[in-house]
Amino acid sequence: MVLTLCAAALCAAACKKEPAPDKGPGMVAPGSGAAPAPSAGGGKIVIGVLSDMSGVYADLGGKGSVIAAQMAVDDFGGTVAGMPIEIVSGDHQNKADVGSSIAREWFDTKNVDVIVDVPTSSVALAVNKVVTAANKVFLVSGAGTSDLTGEQCSPNTIHWAYDTWALSNAAGREIVKNGGDSWFFVTVDYAFGHTLKNDATKVIEASGGKVLGEVQHPFKATDFSSFLLQAQSSKAKVVALANAGGDTVNAVKQAAEFGIVSKGQQLVGLLMFIADVNALGLPTAQGLILSESFYWDRDDQTRAWSQKFGAKDDGVMPTMIHAGVYSSVLHYLKTVAELKSAKDGKAVVAKMEATPTDDPLFGKGTIDANGRKRHAMYVYQVKTPAESKAKWDYYKLIREVPADQAFRAPADSGCPLIKK
Amino acid sequence: MSNLFAQLVLGLLNGAFYAMLSLGLAIIFGLLNVINFAHGALYMLGAFVAWGLLHYAGVGYWPALIIAPLVVGGLGMVLERWLLQRLYRLDPLYNLLLTFGVALILQGLFQLKFGSSGEPYELPQALKGVKDMGFMILPIYRGWVMIVSLVVCLATWYVTERTKLGSYLRAATENPGLVQAFGINVPRMVTVTYGLSVALAAFAGVLAAPIYGVNPAMGADLIVVVFAVVVIGGMGSIMGSIVTGFALGVIEGLTKVVYPTAANTVVFALMALVLVFRPAGLFGKAP
Repeated sequence: MVLTLCAAALCAAACKKEPAPDKGPGMVAPGSGAAPAPSAGGGKIVIGVLSDMSGVYADLGGKGSVIAAQMAVDDFGGTVAGMPIEIVSGDHQNKADVGSSIAREWFDTKNVDVIVDVPTSSVALAVNKVVTAANKVFLVSGAGTSDLTGEQCSPNTIHWAYDTWALSNAAGREIVKNGGDSWFFVTVDYAFGHTLKNDATKVIEASGGKVLGEVQHPFKATDFSSFLLQAQSSKAKVVALANAGGDTVNAVKQAAEFGIVSKGQQLVGLLMFIADVNALGLPTAQGLILSESFYWDRDDQTRAWSQKFGAKDDGVMPTMIHAGVYSSVLHYLKTVAELKSAKDGKAVVAKMEATPTDDPLFGKGTIDANGRKRHAMYVYQVKTPAESKAKWDYYKLIREVPADQAFRAPADSGCPLIKK
Repeated sequence: MSNLFAQLVLGLLNGAFYAMLSLGLAIIFGLLNVINFAHGALYMLGAFVAWGLLHYAGVGYWPALIIAPLVVGGLGMVLERWLLQRLYRLDPLYNLLLTFGVALILQGLFQLKFGSSGEPYELPQALKGVKDMGFMILPIYRGWVMIVSLVVCLATWYVTERTKLGSYLRAATENPGLVQAFGINVPRMVTVTYGLSVALAAFAGVLAAPIYGVNPAMGADLIVVVFAVVVIGGMGSIMGSIVTGFALGVIEGLTKVVYPTAANTVVFALMALVLVFRPAGLFGKAP
């Protein structure tokens, strides 16, 4: 889009003969890649995988999320309560307006019953409103903001894989306990970054640490040197990256270049995925502390599932978002099978919340009344190149945070659905 | 105060990339009258060739610095011969759309093959480490990038403005028919010039690989700013694009201290201002 605007601007400067076109070729039709609309509603269950298919978060969700959803459908048997299951997918391009218009279009013309994945918190918050208004179901695995189960919680939404509160709770506590008591944040400037920083600040202060400062950077910043230099001169013991995907990868890489870690500061990626570690390479990523709710190499069940996933995705190992999509779709299908209908989104979510979850990836779990899926979180450290035995052998476990402590208590969430 | 110095140096470092890319764009626009939207994708290609050389053939950074520009430059010449040349007679808009399409295709193909997070590229052994300058920690590699790009930029300026070859080039820009009449093969000169400008982009791509890693979107992220640099400097002005490249790097760097979240916007605000008050750019001649 920016490219299109720029083309227009250049034309104004250079092309003298014709006016700039009002629509550039950079425009991508919303919902492209989705299946054709069925003639009339009912008779089947349609799962919409709404993700970043081509941008900075495409490796974290993207086509892997479509694969994960398909695996859940296949494992469930391909039909539910006698109805066939169809998957459609769309690219929200990390834009809230694009995301909500795809969601609306899906509900209006494609009879989508449930939207899954949706990375990028600003997009997820927008889609959350559309889903609630249409009384459908929203199973978030991609986005991180804990507002989805806090002030903006919805009776139609379940937040599955992780959230900003859980991330900062798991990693933050561990690091403060080990002496990292003064922090400086490098925060990405949108909903996700702000909630992550705020959630982490609460944990740090509650654990006896203090926050010395923060610098906010624009989304998709290529160069982090200025921000890192500010972090360096803050003299904080811990430099925390409250960003994600390509931003985190770039920041970690450049932090290594500026010697942040070798000069004695500790670098923490508050949200890092295995795909990020893979992009960084172990020589740069080694020693990083991070928290995840899923790691492919955790036990026999996760290994078996991940190998199946990898076979469908060029040998790439799944992220916790992919795992979340699989697990959430499976639980959704089980619930629809019991209810024999997916028409009433609120009823489906209420039933999902009332039923304990059980799947090979997250084990046994529960769902709180504010829509927060509860399972264990894990604090990992990235292995050194010498410790890693094979490709994707990246993490060693530092600590497991049990399910009852891993996520925010519903009473503290500020969710209007929780009666105090 | 020391913080300000540090940001100035960092700004110059980023400006080095802007300058090297906008220089190639300015030359291409000056001679071919083509707004080369594929420039960012070719920069990305340069980085990927370097990565591929290391990954598949074990060829390291130093040879890649030569080989990648040669490979991409060659590809650029093929692109010019087969595609761009067919559209010279038409409005420049057609070549803009063509190169835009080429950029999207290249980026899409690499995204499909390598994913969006990209691949790591290690710093060359000899340039690892940092130097404590007193007011800042300067990674040695970044210092190297700044020096090399300054040398390359000035050399390019010298060749186009002060040598015989350059005078042919500039003459062909003004009046291709007349230059052809003097026995100079203008179409071949155009092809070679496009190849060289594109090689410059690939060279910048190899320089960038150890800093930013290698990923399919790296060109698209940068090209937008680089086009703004060209517009501000004046379309087709070589010295203009070098000076503006470094200057905008500095302005962006200072914005990161004063109001960090506007860092991505400040360049475009300046572009808008320049377009309003000096549509031909700061160094461009009014048509």
